Amino acid sequence: MGKRFLMKGNEALAEAAIHAGCKYFFGYPITPQNEIPEYMSKKLPEIGGVYLQAESEVAAVNMIFGAAGTGKRVMTSSSSPGISLMSEGISYIAGAELPCVLMNVMRGGPGLGGILPSQSDYFQATRGGGHGDYRLLVLAPSTVQEAVDLTMLAFDLAEKYRNPVMVLADGFMGQMMEAVEFKETRAEGLPDPAEWAVGYMKQRGSRALIKSLYLDPEELEAHNWKLQAKYAQMAQHEKRFECYLMDDAEILIAAYGTVARIARTAINELRSEGVKVGLFRPITLFPFPYEPLENLPASVRQVLTVEMSCGQMVEDVRLAVGKERPVSMYGRVGGMTPSVDEIKDQVRKALGR
Amino acid sequence: MKETKIFEKPKSMIDVTTHYCPGCTHGVAHRLVAEVIDELQIQERTVAVAPVGCSVFLYNYINVDSYEAAHGRAPAVASACKRLLPDSVVFSYQGDGDLASIGMAEIVHAANRGEKITVIFINNAIYGMTGGQMAPTTLVGQKATTCPLGRDPKLAGYPIRMCEMLATLQAPAYITRVSVAKPKYTIKAKEALTKAFQTQIEGKGFSFVEILSTCPTNWGMRPVDATNWLEEHMMPEFPLGVFKTPE
Repeated sequence: MGKRFLMKGNEALAEAAIHAGCKYFFGYPITPQNEIPEYMSKKLPEIGGVYLQAESEVAAVNMIFGAAGTGKRVMTSSSSPGISLMSEGISYIAGAELPCVLMNVMRGGPGLGGILPSQSDYFQATRGGGHGDYRLLVLAPSTVQEAVDLTMLAFDLAEKYRNPVMVLADGFMGQMMEAVEFKETRAEGLPDPAEWAVGYMKQRGSRALIKSLYLDPEELEAHNWKLQAKYAQMAQHEKRFECYLMDDAEILIAAYGTVARIARTAINELRSEGVKVGLFRPITLFPFPYEPLENLPASVRQVLTVEMSCGQMVEDVRLAVGKERPVSMYGRVGGMTPSVDEIKDQVRKALGR
Repeated sequence: MKETKIFEKPKSMIDVTTHYCPGCTHGVAHRLVAEVIDELQIQERTVAVAPVGCSVFLYNYINVDSYEAAHGRAPAVASACKRLLPDSVVFSYQGDGDLASIGMAEIVHAANRGEKITVIFINNAIYGMTGGQMAPTTLVGQKATTCPLGRDPKLAGYPIRMCEMLATLQAPAYITRVSVAKPKYTIKAKEALTKAFQTQIEGKGFSFVEILSTCPTNWGMRPVDATNWLEEHMMPEFPLGVFKTPE
């Protein structure tokens, strides 16, 4: 095992990005993710990078557009209301097929909402958020170590698909401290930015054009189908998930991120009482790993989705499980968190015990 | 007799017909930019950022690395590009609705950070691409499709003078207002553009060239009348001159 560091989640996310080769950060302050830009503002100038505090999230995401167009590894981070402001720009980035990493340390909404942890941006992250038929690759870590690993993976995936990748964390993960290790990994065979990015005109012999406007409807339709083919590739190759004690389970809990971690404790305690309960945890929210839920073990009679939202991921769970088995939902919102005891009570209630 | 070529299209200009309306001055401004790029020999390291507006297709006419930016956001895109590629020459080319309305925050902050970029601001006192709506630079009393009786300052305020406003900031290096309405102005406009790009190349800071331009179609005028109207009505409101210059 390599060297381990005790770090706050947000700082670990930032350090992971630096380990992945990201030297450029543009952002705007918003709670509860401020440790990320603060960390970047100190570290990036030391390694010859750029930290720039934008005048708004709108400007920040357009700086990401400009920076990503050079083909270098760039990122921004924000929290829910800030991501809403960035959504137009994210649509442009997806339309122009630029690689970048976006971090959303989710807080409660709607509107100004609150500053405590939430998972109420699932729809926004997985269904777009901005206008047009585009998708982000969405990675949902459950521990600080996983947040580190997925952040490093996010940069590889962004380059591989020339697509924005979102690391969807929540306020808990940003604020808690855990021991983490930074594993040096970098995918091989990633596309060379010299083929498409600005700044290579002399080398390439032709200029780069970073654009998303196609006034000819046939061209725009073709561009859309090209993007869809890319998203289909992601769906084929990038689905990630974890199944825990699922094979003999009577009831399955579906949860992601921090909630999955709480559910795991509830499952361990229920198992010691003899209750056969398991966990399905999607790690990629787009592409959503439908298959394990479409092919559940015969023992599983029902599924309970637990989220820090009023019911968002449950729609994907229902889509996969179908009508053969009941799917119920337990949510806490606004910064309230489902406790281990609450989850245990929900399981017992669902089983009629 | 030996033929000597004394006039040709700039090398960095693409040999196509523009989509601009007859009498529109975008073509003149484009050509000046291309001439300056050629003369400074910077084509291969120049990056253009053209946001929403008539000039969004700038990249169809000038052959350099190019971004198409969201409405108003060109200075943010250009700032980041320049920070990552310090040896490049980055310019944005923005209209008045883009720069002085929806993009006001981005232009003010890029100028205030002293970004080493060049901003070319085409002020024709109207929204061109969307069909002649009132712009932040529309003159008092000037008619537009969204102020059919003329701009009423009681309802819509007064034209915004961008050069004067940006000149209050400490960071910008070069701020000037020129025009391309008539040849005598066009010659000076080219000098200003040259100086603006040189300011950037020499690392002196942010440069801003406002170009008073005509929009005969949306002004409802013949091209020649439009150039006269610009001189008579726009120039008193937006005086030509240098507002800041590098030391």
